[in-house]
Amino acid sequence: MAEYEIPELREIPIIPKIKEGVMAHSSPFVAKAPIQTAIGFPGELVDNWEGKLLDKMDDLRGRYRSLQVYLDSCVKCGACTDKCHYFLGTSDPKNMPVARQDLMRKVYRRYKTFAGKFWGKLGMPWMVGAAELNKDVLDDWYSYFHQCSQCRRCSVYCPYGIDTAEISMAAREMMDSVGVGQKYCNEIIGKAQTVGNNLGLPQPALYDTLEGLEEEVEEDTGVAVKFPIDKKGSDILLVTPSADFFAEPHVDGLIGYAKVFHEAGASWTLSSHASEAANFGMFIGSYENMRTLSQRVRKAALDLGVKRIIFGECGHAWRVAYSFLNTLAGPWDFLDQNYPIPQHICEYTYDLIQNDKIKFDKSENDHMTITFHDSCNVARASRMGDKPGGQFDIPRAVIKAACNNYVDMPEDTIKEATFCCGGGGGILTDDLMEIRVKGAQPRMEAYKRVVEEKGVTNLAAICAICKAQFSKVLPYYGFGMTDIISVHQLVGDALILSDAAGDDDSDDSDGEE
Amino acid sequence: MLASLFAGIFYIAALIFVIGVGRKIIQYARTPAPLKIPTTPAPVTQTGVVLRMIREIVLFSSLFKANKWTWIFGWLFHFGLLLAFFRHLRYTMTPDALLWPLVSFDLVQSFGRYASFIMFIGLVGLLGRRFFVDRVRYISAPSDYLMLLLLLTIAGTGMLMSFVAHPDIIMLKEFVLGLLRFEVKPLPTDGLLLVHLSLVALLMVIFPISKLLHAPGLFFSPSRNQVDNPREKRHLASWAAKFDADQS
Repeated sequence: MAEYEIPELREIPIIPKIKEGVMAHSSPFVAKAPIQTAIGFPGELVDNWEGKLLDKMDDLRGRYRSLQVYLDSCVKCGACTDKCHYFLGTSDPKNMPVARQDLMRKVYRRYKTFAGKFWGKLGMPWMVGAAELNKDVLDDWYSYFHQCSQCRRCSVYCPYGIDTAEISMAAREMMDSVGVGQKYCNEIIGKAQTVGNNLGLPQPALYDTLEGLEEEVEEDTGVAVKFPIDKKGSDILLVTPSADFFAEPHVDGLIGYAKVFHEAGASWTLSSHASEAANFGMFIGSYENMRTLSQRVRKAALDLGVKRIIFGECGHAWRVAYSFLNTLAGPWDFLDQNYPIPQHICEYTYDLIQNDKIKFDKSENDHMTITFHDSCNVARASRMGDKPGGQFDIPRAVIKAACNNYVDMPEDTIKEATFCCGGGGGILTDDLMEIRVKGAQPRMEAYKRVVEEKGVTNLAAICAICKAQFSKVLPYYGFGMTDIISVHQLVGDALILSDAAGDDDSDDSDGEE
Repeated sequence: MLASLFAGIFYIAALIFVIGVGRKIIQYARTPAPLKIPTTPAPVTQTGVVLRMIREIVLFSSLFKANKWTWIFGWLFHFGLLLAFFRHLRYTMTPDALLWPLVSFDLVQSFGRYASFIMFIGLVGLLGRRFFVDRVRYISAPSDYLMLLLLLTIAGTGMLMSFVAHPDIIMLKEFVLGLLRFEVKPLPTDGLLLVHLSLVALLMVIFPISKLLHAPGLFFSPSRNQVDNPREKRHLASWAAKFDADQS
């Protein structure tokens, strides 16, 4: 099925011996000029790119304390070296977080520090871990900064909190600034800025899809669950990843949200202007692009006159929403201050469960035993609820309210230690399939353990990228592509719709544990 | 002559250290952190952040999660260094000094002496990891080994002077107290002592231009020192605020 070796899933994961250069060939397609210029970058590699790249480095060092502090602080202790799923899955030492950072740090040291300039003039920059900037270095950057999913696992273990995501975002922005951009991310950003979503679905197509969903759900349940869009005067604006509109298993999550809103009697709407929760501006480290995309949510909220904003299941989107939206598109003084702004769909459903507003027939999910994959950006870059760690507890509580059979994967692979699905951070593209498959190995190993030991049948997630990535890579490891499901699919399937006619809505099992 | 040379070296080294590290601290403090990026779960209050930072600084809590060997060697080294530092303070003050009771405290003086062993063991362990763990060897530059050798030599010469060949410590103290009053007093011509002192001066000089910047860096690391409250409080950097202004 592929011309590269699929990593083996072992009983006891051990740290691989390094194998230099084994992933040097992995590089994503380069963005062509129209894609680059549409989002404010040069169309191709500019003249004197070395100087301009270094200027951009100065600019970013002056704007981001994280970058400056992280470039200076690393002591090469090695704490992070065995923490990246891409290193564990490939054995390529440049996929160790510190080595990935060093691709930039060695240039920083050579041109921006006394030690590097001094030894550089003597022709021995390597004495102090510095190196000359040349085309080979740029190629390495392009290759290995696109083998980072910005999942922040390394930052959990670094004694100084050095976050490789910050470095790889800065690296991508520096490359973009000299005309070297990644096709996948930059094309998507362009589409989201013009059409309103990553998939480029125009308004009529969205309307059609939602109408289809209404018919489908009514056929299924006998209840007229609505999927409103662009409905002015609604209370709630739902912003969700556009994959939710048609991809599997995403769409089952969307159906779940709609059923929850229906059952809660909420007045809600989607927006065609902000028909995308994802924000790929973050992946390329571009504050400006990230802000432009976020402003669409603000405009939609103002135009529709809503009181609340809720985000659907998407990992990095929740990071941007939870951690950055107030910064990028606030202040939100025109919204109802009694609710968190924005709110996660899991927080919303959880509140309804806590207040006994919705009930479940858990037996609907009895044919499955579920485990939960903590998506990296939710786990390590955001929160749910009002307590630290709510991002772990709330989705699990929602799943457990809807299912009888739930098991966690091994402790060192979940919560803050969770492994990325292998497709995050802007590498969910077919031209990077090899690194996606290999990067999924640590997660697949953990999944295999609970499948074999605890009889787990399905993996639930709250991230559009995780869902798309798993449907693609699960089969490489001998699992079914439909093992991956949306958390709100579990919710939707077990939710008791109180206006359903007849058969099984008598609340014989009320869903409480 | 020798005393003047070392006095000069120490004044210059101290100046480089203070100005160099000071400039980096000012740079870190002045550079905005435009986005909220604490590694979560993170504290939701400022008090919580202070506690998180104390855990990182005192216990190396993240490193503990990462790797027990690196943690134990790293922690032993730093703890030993701290004790040794306190012990050395007695050379800089007379018994009428405010801090004297603290410095002359038996515990500091006796433990401080053995702290060098703790420090030495930690450093050897860290050096061993650099040699023997293939991942750590891969990321090590010559400067990474040299830094450990420098610290090992400082600790080693210190131990030799403390346990084997004692220099004229009274004379040394006079020299140090002299330095603090800008007077050059005689310095013992003791080989071990001169090596020890020269390397300490070298350490001060390379501090602001090397990875030793991790010490001030940790205090400014946004993933550790930010409060997790982005929904409650709008966070806006000065350079990012201009986008808002442009819009209205």
